[in-house]
Amino acid sequence: MADKTATLAPAPARTQAGAARPQLTGERWHPLEIVFWLLPLVVVPLFPGYLVLGSQILIVGLFALSLDLILGYAGIVSLGHAAFFGVGAYVAGLLAVHGWGEPISGLLIAAAAAALLGFVVSFIVVRGHELTQLMVTLGIGLMLFEAANKAAFITGGVDGLSGVTMWKLLGVFEFGLAGKVAYLYSLVVLFLLFLVLRRLVNSPFGLSLRGLREGPRRMPAIGASVLRLQVRVFTIGAAIAGVAGALLAQTTQFVGLEVLGFTRSAELLIMLVLGGTGRLYGALIGTAVFMLAQDYLAGINPVYWQFWIGLLLVAIVMFARGGILGGAATLLERFGSKPR
Amino acid sequence: MFGNLVGVLFDGLAYGSLMFVISIGLSVTMGLMNFVNLAHGAFAMVGGYACVILMNRLGVPFLLTLPIAFVVSALVGMVLERTLYQRLYKASALDQVLFSIGLTFIAVAAASYAFGPSQQPVHLPQFLIGQVRVLGIDLGIYRLFLIAVVVAITLALGYLLERTRFGAQVRASVDNQQASAGMGINVNRVFAVTFALGSGLAGIGGALGIDVLGLDPTFPLKYMVYFLLVVAVGGAGSIKGSLVAAVILGVFDVAGKYYVPEIGAFIIYALMVLLLIPFPAGLYGRKA
Repeated sequence: MADKTATLAPAPARTQAGAARPQLTGERWHPLEIVFWLLPLVVVPLFPGYLVLGSQILIVGLFALSLDLILGYAGIVSLGHAAFFGVGAYVAGLLAVHGWGEPISGLLIAAAAAALLGFVVSFIVVRGHELTQLMVTLGIGLMLFEAANKAAFITGGVDGLSGVTMWKLLGVFEFGLAGKVAYLYSLVVLFLLFLVLRRLVNSPFGLSLRGLREGPRRMPAIGASVLRLQVRVFTIGAAIAGVAGALLAQTTQFVGLEVLGFTRSAELLIMLVLGGTGRLYGALIGTAVFMLAQDYLAGINPVYWQFWIGLLLVAIVMFARGGILGGAATLLERFGSKPR
Repeated sequence: MFGNLVGVLFDGLAYGSLMFVISIGLSVTMGLMNFVNLAHGAFAMVGGYACVILMNRLGVPFLLTLPIAFVVSALVGMVLERTLYQRLYKASALDQVLFSIGLTFIAVAAASYAFGPSQQPVHLPQFLIGQVRVLGIDLGIYRLFLIAVVVAITLALGYLLERTRFGAQVRASVDNQQASAGMGINVNRVFAVTFALGSGLAGIGGALGIDVLGLDPTFPLKYMVYFLLVVAVGGAGSIKGSLVAAVILGVFDVAGKYYVPEIGAFIIYALMVLLLIPFPAGLYGRKA
């Protein structure tokens, strides 16, 4: 076991030390990244009316990041990622309902629960090819949805879990109706986990994930255990999805059955692909664009919204693989400037 | 108790047969073209709406609407295959899934724009309504009719695939595309015709199923999982596998909803995951 990691380590290290590949995000922060992270802070004084929508975007953005890790980096296809989001949400919600309303420990417990589920499930998921992966993740998502639906005495079933009362954050900040605390809380959690993920995907582990995506058959040849990598990344992805779900439960103080729904998994996939996979920022930008458009268009007519999102998906697959950031990178390359 | 059991088995069989007719096209698309087509239910919906509109607005008798539903869905399938699907045969499963989810959303939105969001009524002819008593057990006539139609379709399909030149071409293309193309089989044409055939069968299934499954714009989303289950459990590309899987899932689903309604749909999902653990490529899958 030890020699395997030892043989694995030099290869990525050499890649990093050699000429930095333009498509790999470096360790150094690009000015654009700093501007990007200042944007959500500007929202607080400028658009105080949009903080509730804003926290939703931050939370779903975190959720999309978790999918980006397993799909965009490791290449594992999941149509049931909402399972982990939902487990996180229900664990955090149930903790608060049954008298433990401390937010941060709630997040950690929810993450642990989702990680445990992800760990167990990953062994079934990574067994098959893409179709089997799709079906197993879909099946597990649906199973959990049905289970939560039928176990109404625990989860509240279709009516949802209400009576989630949160204690003050850090014993100081109360979750108010204006949503300012909820927004900043979500932002801080998102940013911290983003830092972790950014570090992770630039580490040797992150490089071996990319190796997994590009050539799963060659990975064993350089001494990497495909199964172990897949199980690890799936577990981490599940844990982060659990944190996102827990954030939703804590900030909205309610858990609806739809946290486990198929639509949530499918829309998540759409947001990620819209922004561009395997770039971390793609997940965040895709989520923001999708949810802002949804807020605007679905307000006019929900049926048309579905039509346009369908058309958009077909168009992305046909003409713009790589999503917004992929398209932007191509444009940048074409005009000769150096992409990130 | 015994009568109950037979009744449940019978209903499950009818339900499973219906699922078989709708899913068989999906199984062939996945086996033949490696295309994960989540929009397959939309073709069934096209057949269903064709049937309802012909029947309720133009007064065409129910039995006559079935072949028309087949033709309409097959035409829609063929047009989409030639214009869109065929560009994505070489794409990754993720691209195919996204594309077909997009197509499904468009179909759902278009159907509710054109026909409204409500359930569509179906008026079965008098001779298909009611029950017959066989050996002391009441059997629904429409359920019997469903099973009979499916048996007929299965026999016809079996004949088509096993005994005709076209069937030989399809089997050869499934086994090895490159070698078939090298032997002078027009694989593209085989794909197109097979896709149209599968869409048409889904259309018949959608029309037959209005009475059992209902018909409203969310149909493709509501049953998408079910069709995929049949294919995933049966093994893509295998007719026998789809039939066995559809019947197993149909019987377990109906029995589960009858005997243990508290856990409802949970049973078939659990069954699928349990079956996929020992058989990752499905019961009759060719590749492990």
